[in-house]
Amino acid sequence: MILEWIGDAILLLVVLPIVIYLLRGVLSAATSIVPSVGAISGAATQGSADLDAVPLLLTTQERVSQTIGVVADYGGSLDVILDDHQEA
Amino acid sequence: MPAAGVVMIVAVLLIVAAVVYFLVSTIVALRKITSGLDDAIAGVVQIIEKSAPVKEVVDDINANLDAGVDLLEGLLVKKAGLRDAIGLVDGLYPGAGAAGLRNVPESGQIKPPRIGGVYTRGTLTLARLGREAPIAAASPNGPALRNPAYGSGAAGTLYPLGRPAHSDSLPRSPVIGSDSPVQYDPEVEVGAPRKRLPATAGALSPESEGS
Repeated sequence: MILEWIGDAILLLVVLPIVIYLLRGVLSAATSIVPSVGAISGAATQGSADLDAVPLLLTTQERVSQTIGVVADYGGSLDVILDDHQEA
Repeated sequence: MPAAGVVMIVAVLLIVAAVVYFLVSTIVALRKITSGLDDAIAGVVQIIEKSAPVKEVVDDINANLDAGVDLLEGLLVKKAGLRDAIGLVDGLYPGAGAAGLRNVPESGQIKPPRIGGVYTRGTLTLARLGREAPIAAASPNGPALRNPAYGSGAAGTLYPLGRPAHSDSLPRSPVIGSDSPVQYDPEVEVGAPRKRLPATAGALSPESEGS
């Protein structure tokens, strides 16, 4: 009879607190991840929106190519017009 | 049933209730995490898709710009010489001469001549003389010394009725030589007032000259 009471006391005073402590730790860890995941999701969405201007790079690429072509034409003309440097 | 058995059953029920409560709460939190990760994965996939062609385009732009730099550097060195080219670069961008030209690694060792300073002094001199110096409008130390757009209009104000042509009756040029109507002896006239010699045949008298 005494052993049964001792077993009850162990259940109530030792096992139950330990179970609650461990499960509460797991729950707090899980809930702390939720806001971080929300922030990551928001950052990914904003990052995706920032990249909406990427297609403009195609325009930049075309303009750079045209500009370099014009510079090459001018350079060729200057090469013909101006005398080369002569070492003194 | 003994009281000890009842207490044990109650204790077990409490433990089971605590386990159920915390496990259900954990499941709810994990479901939120799963939903948030799904959104994040969708955003990351969009980032990957949108940024996929960036490297190719940027590499092409860089290749074009590299070709332009090679062209301009080569032309500058060919026309101005390596030393003056470094001077021009350093004059436009102070301190850039130390870096040298990209295609001429040893050019960084050249002491750049002060080409920028020489051109600045010359430009300011032209501006003070009133010549056309449009670059004076971009004087870094203050307002333009003259208005480059209407600079030529200032000279026009000297002739409000229009610039006159040459006179109708210009004085005649002196006749020189042994047969000239007016003769003078330099040995006699040096350092003294000019002596009027008697008029010779064919020479005009002062009265007739003035008429």
